[in-house]
Amino acid sequence: MKNYKPTEKIDIRDILDNIENYRPRRRGWAWRKSVPDLEMGGHYFSDCSAPLKNGIGIPSAVSYFENLDPQPVESITTEIASGRFEDDIRRMRMSAWHGADHIMVIRTAGQSHFDGLIEGTPQGIGGIPITRKQVRCHRKALDFIEDEVGRSINYHSYISGVAGPEIAVMFAEEGVNGAHQDPQYNVLYRNINMIRSFVDAAESKVIMTWADIAQIDGAHNANATARDAWKVMPELIVQHSINALFSEKAGMKKENICLSTVPPSTAPVPAFKYDLPYAVALRDFCGEYKMRAQQNTKYITSSSREATVTHVLNMMISKLTHADIQSTITPDEGRNVPWHIYNIEACDTAKQTLVALDGILDMVGIKEDGYLPREVRELKERAVLYLEELIEAGGYFEAVEKGFFVDSGKYPERNGDGIGRKIDGGIGAGTVFKRDADYMAPVTAHFGYNNVAQYDPGAVSSPASLIDGCTFEKPEKIIFIDELDESDNVNVRMKEADQYRNSRLIKPEMEWLADGTVVLEIFLPTDKKTAEFAAIEIAAKMNMIDPEVIHAEMLHPSEGTRIQVKGKVDISVDLDTLKIPDEPVILTDEELWAAIDKNPLKVVAATIGEDEHSVGLREVIDIKHGGIEKWGIEVEYLGTSCPIEKLVDAAIETNADAILASTIISHDDIHYKNMKKIHDLCVEKGVREKLLILCGGTQVINELAVKTGIDAGFGRGSRGKHVATFLVKNRK
Amino acid sequence: MKGYLKREDDFQERRKHLVNLSDEELKARFWDLAGAAVDPLLEIARTHTTPSIERSILLRMGFSSLEAKPLVEMAIDRGLIGKGVGHLVYKASKQNNLSIREAGLAMLEGRLWDALKFTQEAQR
Repeated sequence: MKNYKPTEKIDIRDILDNIENYRPRRRGWAWRKSVPDLEMGGHYFSDCSAPLKNGIGIPSAVSYFENLDPQPVESITTEIASGRFEDDIRRMRMSAWHGADHIMVIRTAGQSHFDGLIEGTPQGIGGIPITRKQVRCHRKALDFIEDEVGRSINYHSYISGVAGPEIAVMFAEEGVNGAHQDPQYNVLYRNINMIRSFVDAAESKVIMTWADIAQIDGAHNANATARDAWKVMPELIVQHSINALFSEKAGMKKENICLSTVPPSTAPVPAFKYDLPYAVALRDFCGEYKMRAQQNTKYITSSSREATVTHVLNMMISKLTHADIQSTITPDEGRNVPWHIYNIEACDTAKQTLVALDGILDMVGIKEDGYLPREVRELKERAVLYLEELIEAGGYFEAVEKGFFVDSGKYPERNGDGIGRKIDGGIGAGTVFKRDADYMAPVTAHFGYNNVAQYDPGAVSSPASLIDGCTFEKPEKIIFIDELDESDNVNVRMKEADQYRNSRLIKPEMEWLADGTVVLEIFLPTDKKTAEFAAIEIAAKMNMIDPEVIHAEMLHPSEGTRIQVKGKVDISVDLDTLKIPDEPVILTDEELWAAIDKNPLKVVAATIGEDEHSVGLREVIDIKHGGIEKWGIEVEYLGTSCPIEKLVDAAIETNADAILASTIISHDDIHYKNMKKIHDLCVEKGVREKLLILCGGTQVINELAVKTGIDAGFGRGSRGKHVATFLVKNRK
Repeated sequence: MKGYLKREDDFQERRKHLVNLSDEELKARFWDLAGAAVDPLLEIARTHTTPSIERSILLRMGFSSLEAKPLVEMAIDRGLIGKGVGHLVYKASKQNNLSIREAGLAMLEGRLWDALKFTQEAQR
C-alpha cells in the first residue's frame, strides 16, 4: 500500500488491491504507554501517554496552544457504524488523528442470527456485515493509519451470535485486536439457546486467548434494557463476574478481560449518588480485570449537547475510580447512526475531559466514611445475595429460566418482569452434541476434551501438528473468498459515487461519500409541534430533499422552539472553479512580542462618525480578547463617535505610529467617506507620511478601503493578530 | 404476566449472615459463588460441541466458510458430529492417503463417508 501524505486521501482501490494476499503484521491488543510526568508545552501531565506523531488537538489547542495535544493514558474508543466499510476507513483515519486508538466496528443488524460467516462486501444496516474481506481491508488500512499517527490502533468487533467460534477464528487469522464476547448477551438479548451460547463461548474465548484479543463483556446491555437502570446494579456486578470468571477459567489472561461498565443513572436524578458507589463497588470486587468505561445510553436523547454533558460526567466517574478503555458514544447516537463529525466530537470530548482532569486523584480522594462506603458495602452484599440465590435455584441456566435477569427490582426486590429464557428453547436449541470418547479436533486453540492421543500421544500439546499446522501456524492455508453477491458489493457502490472519489468534485457528506446530507439549525418563535411542521416546510423551500426533524426542543410553550432538520442536497462543487484567496501571513506571538519589544508601537483608536458600536474595536484592542495590547502595543482609546479632527490631533499629540478607526455604519458608503476624510486631514496636517491609517468594521472590504487612500481595511473576522501583524510589517 | 417471582426488598433480613464478614471475606465469598456458577457451564462446554465449533475447526484446517457449513451438516445427518467433523476429515485423509483438503472436498461430494471406520464406542 502507498505511503500517503497527510494532504492525500487514502484511495480505497489501493486497499482492495491484492487484498487476497494481505496478512496482519501483528496480533493482540496494544495498551497506551504511560509516560510519568510528561512535559508538553511547559506543562506537566500525570496521567498521559506518549504524544502522537500526527494529530489534531481539541479546538482550543488549535486556536491558542499551537496544537498542544496531550494523549490520555486511557485507550479511547470510537464506534463506527455507517454500513459501508469503504467509507468507514476515512472516518477511522480522522478519528485516529483526533485521538482514538480503539476502532469499534458495529455489526449489521441481524448478524447474530446468521448461522455461519458472511463473505464479501455487502452493505449493512447500522453497521457492516463482519466479513473476512471487510475486516482485512480495515486492518490493512489501520496498519497505514497507525504508522501515520505513530500509535498502535486496536481494531474491534463482535464475537457473538450463533457463529461465534467461526468469527473468532476469522478474527484471530485477520489480526483483530479486540472483541465483544459474552454468552449472556446471546441468551438475554438475542434469544440464542443458552447451552449453545456457553459451549460456543468457551471455544471463542480460547481462540481469542491464542490471538491475544482483548475481550469486552456485554453487561452494559442490562443497564440499557432495565426499566430503571440504577436498580440493576447488583445484577450488573454478577453478570460481569460470570463472564470474567468463565473466561479466566477457559484460559484467558486477566489483563485481556475488560468489563464493560456504565454509570447507571443520569441527571436529573442525583446521578453521582448512584454512579460513584456503583463504580467503587464494582472495582472493589472486580478490580483485577480491566475496566472499559462505557457511556450511559439508556437515557440518551436527540440533544447532542445533553449527550456530551453525560459523556463528560461519566468520564468524571472514570477518573475518580479507574478506567483502562474510555468509550465514546457519539452525541448523535440518540437520533441516528453516528456521523463522521460526531465521532470526532466524541473523541475530542474524551480527550478534553480526561486531560483537564489529569492528576485529579493526587488532589481529591474517595471518602472512606459516610454515605459512599455504606452504599458500596450494600451493593456488594446485594450482589453476593444474588449469587447465593442463583446457586440455590440450581445454577445459571435455571436462574435464567426463572427470570432472574434484568428484573426491574433492585435485588433482592423482584418485580417479576425479568427476561426469562427456556433452557431447551431459543435459536440453536438442540444443536449441542456430546463429544464421543474418540472425539478429536486437529487444530490449535480448541477448548475441552480432545482425544489427540489416539493418533499421536506426542501431539497432545499441539493437536495441529497432526495436519502439519492449521491456519494459525500456516496462514497460507486460509481460503479467501472475494465476493458472493454480484449486485451488493463494494465495486458496485464505488461506481455509484465514482465521480466524487479522489476527484476535484465535492459534495456534502455525513456518513457515505457524496450522500448529500446536511443539517439545518433553526429557531422558530412558536410552540414545538407547530415548529416541527414549519421547519419541514422551510427545509423543503430551501430545496432540501427528504427533510426530517432530528431534534426539537421547547424553549418556551409559545415563545420559541429549537429545531434541527436533516435532509439531502443535490449540490456539488467543482474545486477547480473555486477562487480561494491566499491566506494572509500572520506573525506568531513570539515574533510579535519580539518585534514590539525591540521597537515599541503606539496607536490611537476610536469609533468614528456618529457610530456608537465599540465591540469590534474593543476586541481588536483588548488583551483579554487577544487584541493588540497582548503584544505590548500601546493604545490611546478615544471612545465612540469620535470626531475625525480629534482623532488625527490625538495621533499628532501623542506621537502615535498609527490611527485605528472603526466604522460599522455603512449606509450611503459613509464608512468609506470617513476613511477618505481621515486620509485627507492627515495630508493637510502634513503627517500622512508618518502615520499608518487602519480602518475596520463588518462591512469593510480591504480593496475598497485602500482606494480611499488609507493603508488597510479590516473586515469581518479580523482579529488583533491581523492588525498587529500589519502594523509591525508596515510601520513607517 | 410471565409468572416470575415478585418480592419486596428484604435485604435487611437476607443480609444477616453477611453483616459480620469483613470486606475481604465478602469478596472471597462473592468469587466462590461465582465459581460455583460457572464451573458447571465450563464442564458442559468441555464435553460438548456445536455446529459453529466444528465449522471453526474446519476453517482452521484450511476449508472456506462455504465448505465448512455443508460438511458439518453432512456429519450431523450421519450421526457423526460427536467424533468431531475435523476428525472425520482427518480420518478420511489418512484412510485414503489424501491431503486434508482433498479428503474434505471428496466428502462434500458425498464420498469417503461410508468407509470411515471407528474402533471405539460411538457413545462414551
